[in-house]
Amino acid sequence: MKGFSRLFLVFMLVLVFSLTSFGQELDRSETLVVTGAAWGPPSSWNILIPNPAEGTTALVYETLFSFNPLKNEYRPWLAETGEWVSDNEYVVKLRKGIKWTDGVDFTAEDLVFTYELAKDNELPYSPIWKWLRAAVAEDDYTVRFIFREPHYAEWDRELYQRYIIPKHIWSQIPADELITRANRNPVATGPYLYHTATQDRMIWVRNDNWWGNEVFGTPKPKYIVDLVNVSNNITLGMLMKGEIDLSNNFIPGIEKVKQAVDLETWFEDEPYMLSWNTAKVYMNTLRKPMDDPKFRRALAFAVNQNNIVERAYGGIVKPANPTGLFGEGWLAYLDQDVVDEYGFFYDPEKAGALLDQAGYVDVNGDGWRQQPNGDPIKLEIIVPSGWTDWMEAIRSIAIDAQAVGINLVPAFPDAALYDNNRFNRNFDMLIGNQQSTLSSSPFTYWNGVINHDIHGSSVNNGNWGCYDNPEIFRWIAEFNITKDEAEKMRIASDIQKTLLIDMPVIPLWHNGLWAQYTNINWTNWPSENNPYGVPVTWRNAYQLGMIDVLINLEPVN
Amino acid sequence: MGRYLSKKTLVYLVTFVIAVTINFIIPRMMPGNPIQILLSRFSGMEGGREIIERQLTLLFNLDDPLIVQYFNFWRSVFTGDFGISIMQFPTPVMDIIKKAIVFDLILLVPAIILGWIVGNGLGAFSGVNKRADNVMMPVFYFLTSSPYFWLAGVVAFFLGVILDWFPISGAYGVTMIPAFTWRFILDYAKHWVLPFLSMFLVDIGGWAIGMRNMIIYERSSNYSKYMEALGASDRIIRNYGFRNGVLPQVTGLALKIANIIGGAIAVETVFNYPGLGRMMLNAVLNQDYFLLQGIFLAIVTMTLAANFLVDIVYMFIDPRVRLSLSGEV
Repeated sequence: MKGFSRLFLVFMLVLVFSLTSFGQELDRSETLVVTGAAWGPPSSWNILIPNPAEGTTALVYETLFSFNPLKNEYRPWLAETGEWVSDNEYVVKLRKGIKWTDGVDFTAEDLVFTYELAKDNELPYSPIWKWLRAAVAEDDYTVRFIFREPHYAEWDRELYQRYIIPKHIWSQIPADELITRANRNPVATGPYLYHTATQDRMIWVRNDNWWGNEVFGTPKPKYIVDLVNVSNNITLGMLMKGEIDLSNNFIPGIEKVKQAVDLETWFEDEPYMLSWNTAKVYMNTLRKPMDDPKFRRALAFAVNQNNIVERAYGGIVKPANPTGLFGEGWLAYLDQDVVDEYGFFYDPEKAGALLDQAGYVDVNGDGWRQQPNGDPIKLEIIVPSGWTDWMEAIRSIAIDAQAVGINLVPAFPDAALYDNNRFNRNFDMLIGNQQSTLSSSPFTYWNGVINHDIHGSSVNNGNWGCYDNPEIFRWIAEFNITKDEAEKMRIASDIQKTLLIDMPVIPLWHNGLWAQYTNINWTNWPSENNPYGVPVTWRNAYQLGMIDVLINLEPVN
Repeated sequence: MGRYLSKKTLVYLVTFVIAVTINFIIPRMMPGNPIQILLSRFSGMEGGREIIERQLTLLFNLDDPLIVQYFNFWRSVFTGDFGISIMQFPTPVMDIIKKAIVFDLILLVPAIILGWIVGNGLGAFSGVNKRADNVMMPVFYFLTSSPYFWLAGVVAFFLGVILDWFPISGAYGVTMIPAFTWRFILDYAKHWVLPFLSMFLVDIGGWAIGMRNMIIYERSSNYSKYMEALGASDRIIRNYGFRNGVLPQVTGLALKIANIIGGAIAVETVFNYPGLGRMMLNAVLNQDYFLLQGIFLAIVTMTLAANFLVDIVYMFIDPRVRLSLSGEV
């Protein structure tokens, strides 16, 4: 037994040694701890593939512009200026004196290379070359983009979503490794650098040579620790103990917690959170009776949005605008007259009347309405199992539908099955919020929700219900290539009107930009009264205002 | 002796082949496509998604016929190259397992061994002390019938939240960076206590009940009575009883190891402990076939190895097995 325990001790020591490497403890007063973004261990810092560690975007690699969704305003970032010099030419002038973190100068060559890499290889943004003709470096700091067909709306988004990569590094990487490189320790231009990555966290350290220190100010936290998401109760416990400073998790009941402990949210009261995307009921237009616009529109009148907002969410979300639009950039194109005339609202009697008119009546007296041809209606609405807020929401929707005589029942398949059904047109109705994330142009929303690409073997781009209307597809494409604002307004109001009449999706509520933060270690958080930035650590969102938050935070100690 | 070992080895080999095959089939019977799931959160340029999907499908050989994938999997069992994780793309599965398994071993080995030793000790004590028995037995029954995740929650609530003695999440503090320093080791140990305690407590209950019953049985057996009649001291009788009583407990350990490792998965999830258990849960949720296969294989291997070890130990402590199987009796 003695020999055994000695062996055991040696074994344990070996294990502890194998676990360790050189390192130190971070000074808490210089460290910002965030969570809510990462769903898995940080494993890639490769900006060319869809899942780099959160923060690789914008903390490390930067974009030409940043976009402030609160003011609908672009701010030059790596670019000094950028403008359309003709209908199909856009000229970017870059800031001078920016260096990559390895000391090499950042120049026009890097910007051109970022785009040309996608021309010569299959990358997620390669499709841009369908409408871009050339990117030409005119001198060290000027790039002229020449378009085959200028997609103005998409280009606007491109300006703050395309991360520029260094030519001198990436040109050395063989083509077949472009998307398989982990790219640990990325060389970029941003305010933070890779420090450590472990299974449950990503640690960034401030880049004290960041070019933006003089332009925008220096970010206050020396370290950012981004913890991989854990269960809500653990997150909440860690928030209250001051172990986490900012959580971008959806925490049900946060409005009650906020009354009990000192947590901050954007709004002091309802809805507490900024809106981030639109949750909609998708109806499978390939199945009966969802193929009938009259049925779809009637259903919209049957659903009580306020029930969902209050009961499923406790008031932390906002009911959706009937057009699904929200945020300054999108609402600039809202046609209120169209909404007043065609918008839907909760009115079960009207829903019943509309169904009666369209021929959906209960002929056989079983309590449920039948289709005009007499076939029964038996429908299912799905959300992923475990998404408690959405589950509550579809229970409420089903009750509302049953109240007007439509036999609709909720079902909660496993998330993987839900996704599979969503991609393969294998559902009656579902709730989805994909492709509707806050952006600078409502083109994002329309091109996502009613995307024209629905005839492939699976549906990938957002129009899950396969709503097929070539006319509206054309309008959306036109909106994308139109520069004239008055013309854009006209197209936008046509699109909104058609969507309200045809009702391919029912926008119900705006999921929030979930953010709760404490003043235990850091203060001067942005809020409704002090909206200098946006507290969001989600991927591709740091440049929407999180960098400003990092600059403006104040340490408590 | 040789026959005993070869027979056991054969049983373990067959189990291993079956386990590997099931391990291959199960993830592929799940509905959905892992790459679609990886990409389902991807919003980017139109058409970009298809490009990435095409490239990843090729990279992961998901287009190959199932039988080809199956043989590739067997090759990977021997080479240890389980491919790349989908969820943690592009990290090799083996790297992930190597990092996670350290946390498991530091948690599991003490929990299993100490749980067994302490549980048997307490059981033996309870078996000979009537008054202690009355108090301890209900506690043991309570502990052993608690599911791991539930007891973990209770422990976390009382010791972590109410008393605030120990942290309730992770393997080390939020500002810690793994380093061989006393601060880190202390912090690590603090985080280790609650997950360890949850497993330890559930385990001692079961062992104690078994041991207590064995001791009572042994003490009423003929040899004990005979020794008592000869005037042997209580201590000697108890020691003989313990030596006989411990044998079924060793068999029990072999049977329960799989159960305990399963329990670790639940405990790690509760405490957000970065071991294989939590990794496996994530792999299931993300349909990461490759990571799932790797972890599953690691767990199966661990379980079989632990069982094998117990079998060998049993051979040494029980002469009857050794002798009967080698034909010496």
